[in-house]
Amino acid sequence: MTPAFRAEGLTKTYGEGRSAVHALRGVDLEIPGGEIVVMLGASGSGKSTLLNILGGLDRASEGKAWFRDQCLTDMADRQLTRYRRDYIGFVFQFYNLMPSLTARENVELVTEIARAPMAPGEALALVGLDKRADHFPSQLSGGEQQRVAIARAIAKQPEVLFCDEPTGALDSSTGRAVLKVLKDVNDRLGTTVMMVTHAASIADMAHRVIRMADGQVSDITENADRKSPEEIVW
Amino acid sequence: MSPLDRKLLRDLRRMKGQAVAIALVIAAGVMLQVMMSGLVVSLEETRRAYYERERLADIFAPLVRAPVSVTRRIGQIPGVARVEGRVTGAALFDLPGQALPVQGSALSLPDHGTPALNGVYLTEGRLPVADGRDEALLLDGFARARGIRPGDVVTVTQNGNRRDLRITGLAQAPELLYVAVPGELVPDDARFAVFWMRRAEMETAYDMDGAVNEVLIALSRNAREAEVIDAVDRVLKPFGGLGAYGREDHMSDRFISEEIRSLRSISGAVPPLFLAIAAFLLYIVISRMVQSEREEIGLLKAFGYSNPEVGAHYFKLVLVISVGGAALGCLLGIWAGRWMIQLYTIYYKFPFIVFRLEPASFATGMLASIAAASAGGLFVLRQVFALAPAEAMRPPVPPDFSHAFRFGPMTSRLLDQPTRMVLRRFVRQPVRMAGLIAGIAGSMALSVAVSTLHSAFAYSMDLSFSVMDRSDVLVSFNHALGYRAVFEIGQLDGVRFVEPVRDVPVVLHNGTHSHRGAITGLPPDVTLARAVDADMKQIDLPGQGVVLAEALADILSIEPGGVVTVEVRDGSQPVLDLPVTGVAQSLLGAPAYMDFEALGRALGEPGRVSGARLLIDADKSDAIYRALKDMPVVAGVSVAEDARKSLTELMNSGAGASRYVMGVIAFIITFGIIYNAARIAHAERARDLASLRVLGFSRGEAAFVLLGELGIVTLAALPLGAFLGQQLSHLMARGFSTELYQIPVVLNPESHGYAALFVLAATLVSGWLVKRDLDRADLITALKTRE
Repeated sequence: MTPAFRAEGLTKTYGEGRSAVHALRGVDLEIPGGEIVVMLGASGSGKSTLLNILGGLDRASEGKAWFRDQCLTDMADRQLTRYRRDYIGFVFQFYNLMPSLTARENVELVTEIARAPMAPGEALALVGLDKRADHFPSQLSGGEQQRVAIARAIAKQPEVLFCDEPTGALDSSTGRAVLKVLKDVNDRLGTTVMMVTHAASIADMAHRVIRMADGQVSDITENADRKSPEEIVW
Repeated sequence: MSPLDRKLLRDLRRMKGQAVAIALVIAAGVMLQVMMSGLVVSLEETRRAYYERERLADIFAPLVRAPVSVTRRIGQIPGVARVEGRVTGAALFDLPGQALPVQGSALSLPDHGTPALNGVYLTEGRLPVADGRDEALLLDGFARARGIRPGDVVTVTQNGNRRDLRITGLAQAPELLYVAVPGELVPDDARFAVFWMRRAEMETAYDMDGAVNEVLIALSRNAREAEVIDAVDRVLKPFGGLGAYGREDHMSDRFISEEIRSLRSISGAVPPLFLAIAAFLLYIVISRMVQSEREEIGLLKAFGYSNPEVGAHYFKLVLVISVGGAALGCLLGIWAGRWMIQLYTIYYKFPFIVFRLEPASFATGMLASIAAASAGGLFVLRQVFALAPAEAMRPPVPPDFSHAFRFGPMTSRLLDQPTRMVLRRFVRQPVRMAGLIAGIAGSMALSVAVSTLHSAFAYSMDLSFSVMDRSDVLVSFNHALGYRAVFEIGQLDGVRFVEPVRDVPVVLHNGTHSHRGAITGLPPDVTLARAVDADMKQIDLPGQGVVLAEALADILSIEPGGVVTVEVRDGSQPVLDLPVTGVAQSLLGAPAYMDFEALGRALGEPGRVSGARLLIDADKSDAIYRALKDMPVVAGVSVAEDARKSLTELMNSGAGASRYVMGVIAFIITFGIIYNAARIAHAERARDLASLRVLGFSRGEAAFVLLGELGIVTLAALPLGAFLGQQLSHLMARGFSTELYQIPVVLNPESHGYAALFVLAATLVSGWLVKRDLDRADLITALKTRE
């Protein structure tokens, strides 16, 4: 089976000369589809950069990356936009909701341009927020906002869900609720979930754990025995 | 409605203060454009409609006396479509309770019906009946100014005979759009009367049995006016033809043409400038606004929105504000235009107004606003689009200041931290600061120019009546007389000083340039009226040659040393070639001056006078006016104070009035720019300021960092604004100057002072508004806000 993602010698450098920062230094990896993948690593290890490049939010300086058989690193801007629109959902650490739109409208922002979206109400029901659909972000708690962000990301029924520190701004019990939603999505829709975190315990719920250090993959392990989100403590 | 559109509406609501400020600035620029161009089109259209309806002649041919049959001969000239002969004459109105006689002129109506050319527009009552003895139709403006009604009886002196006339009706006429006392340029309804009588009555009154002294001509299509005028002059020469002239040289039409020309030049120069400054402001604000949406743009892109889709969203936002502003400007422009054009009916006697709008002005206003706003948006969008979404969603990387200027230890000791923070902005972001300074300077320039213009109007009045002509009263005679008449007037009780005047109607030519006007002869020891140079020093008139007013020299395109050809339209009508010996400053009209004796010699009538200038005791003025009224040689008396009042009124109407509208608009724009500058500075620094507060700086110190910057920007803008304002004043003064009055630009510290004060006041108010927000700001929220 073709892996969902593949990377060869992926390099990313910010800046030039003496002030250059090497965020990725030649990453090689393969990720099968349908899994929950957790990327672990210290600040500056390059995990977010890798996520951004695989998600089509950023470009590599060198090397190649594929989504199935499409080469991401060869794509023009317009193709990358298409790729993000058709296949990818994003969840960010700080939710990044549009403050001027209600929960439902934030979801509609995505369903409007998606190929085969679910109804916004349905997506909100999946994250347990169908009762708060007409609230503005300022009227929602942090956990609720993150659940709206997840609803927004899954509403288009993406192939892959990229989550950058989805629990980073949340307390642990709220964080667990969010993780449960992500697991549900993976279980019920078969969506590949790629999650960046530096809370090592979250890795216990993943099918596969990628550890990163200094811009390189230091270790990839598969979990034979996954924990449920409720069991995770951090 | 799509969620993006809903976002748009809510964003607009959130930023309503700024959106309204921007929309108002655009509205102001567009309003001026629509109003001014609408006035031009409306005036032209009204004039055209009126002329057509009342059949205004194309050529006027005054003469001394010719048999009526001369009109048949003129009708045979190729290119002549219609001819009308008429009798005209001077008259004096004796109004009860009025010491001063009022000058007037009488025009004949055909014995039956209405004239074929130069019709009258009846506003009240009826025309005189066919053989209506002692019946007259009176000029509407004069009747209203004097409270005369149809049915009233007035006493007039025609050709030396006093008689009573019954007024049958009131009328306006297209040849009398602009009515001024002869010798004066400024119209005054109350001081000059025109009335119409049936032809038989006029023939009797002026001894013109079977004769005419004016021929009116309408041209056929494709006729050449100059050729017809030549032919008419040839026919009328034996009858004392005084020189036929085209409609454009007719006083009434000339002034309305001048008004339209002035309006057009103002509307060509000033509104685009206002619009440009408004556009510049718009550009700054919109680009700043889009900049602050950087992360949301990144987010939309992360979802898979394409650049054109995101661009369209922001373009809509820009469009709502700019089109909203422009549409408001169009509406206000229409409203202001309708209001302004009413002012024209005060001086230009149109019986009706055809209000028209210039469609192009709407398009220009709309397009300029949209283009400016879009440019501001696009420029920044391009920058944001160039970023990968991941980068756009992160706050901008702190700018690299490692190579930037640093304060030395000495400066650091002298200046406290907040002061250094203020100064650092200027050193490190000079382009942005220069942009703000330029914006404020530009808006101040508008205020300086408008304010300079206001004082220039006042200055030109003062100069005209206190420096150039200091007399109290100008008396004009029926015809040129010996010096004795002046002497007699000098003997009247209360006359403190008298000075002879010799005014001769002439046509001046230089090559293809020509001008109908007068040459004024001034005595060598002149003290009341004088020609002055640019420094307001009296010009001594040489024994020969002529000194031209600057405006006249411009019209004739001649300089000192040149020779001007003068066709005298008086007496034996000699044609003289006179050297131009100097150029005089002039503010009113386009006069030409000669030495009194030299003029007399050139005319072959030495020692003749056409009037006198007087200084009088104010408390004896009534007795003097009564005495003058009884002198048969006196054709008219005009009082400086009245003329001054008329001029003030004139300058406050028509094109002159638009300076008030401009004043208001300049102030709106100035305030809009400064307020937005303060808002932008606040938005850019909100986080820094909150950080300062968290670090333990007081509210005052934090505010100082923000307002200090605004203060320095404003102070730096003042001298630049003063300089630009001076340049702009020249441009605007040229636009406002007409043949009738010239607006001088004088460096006026007061205007600059007012403009500077206004800018400072706007800064204080804006600073206060921003500081209020700053004090209210929740520290934590401010720290958390991405921008």
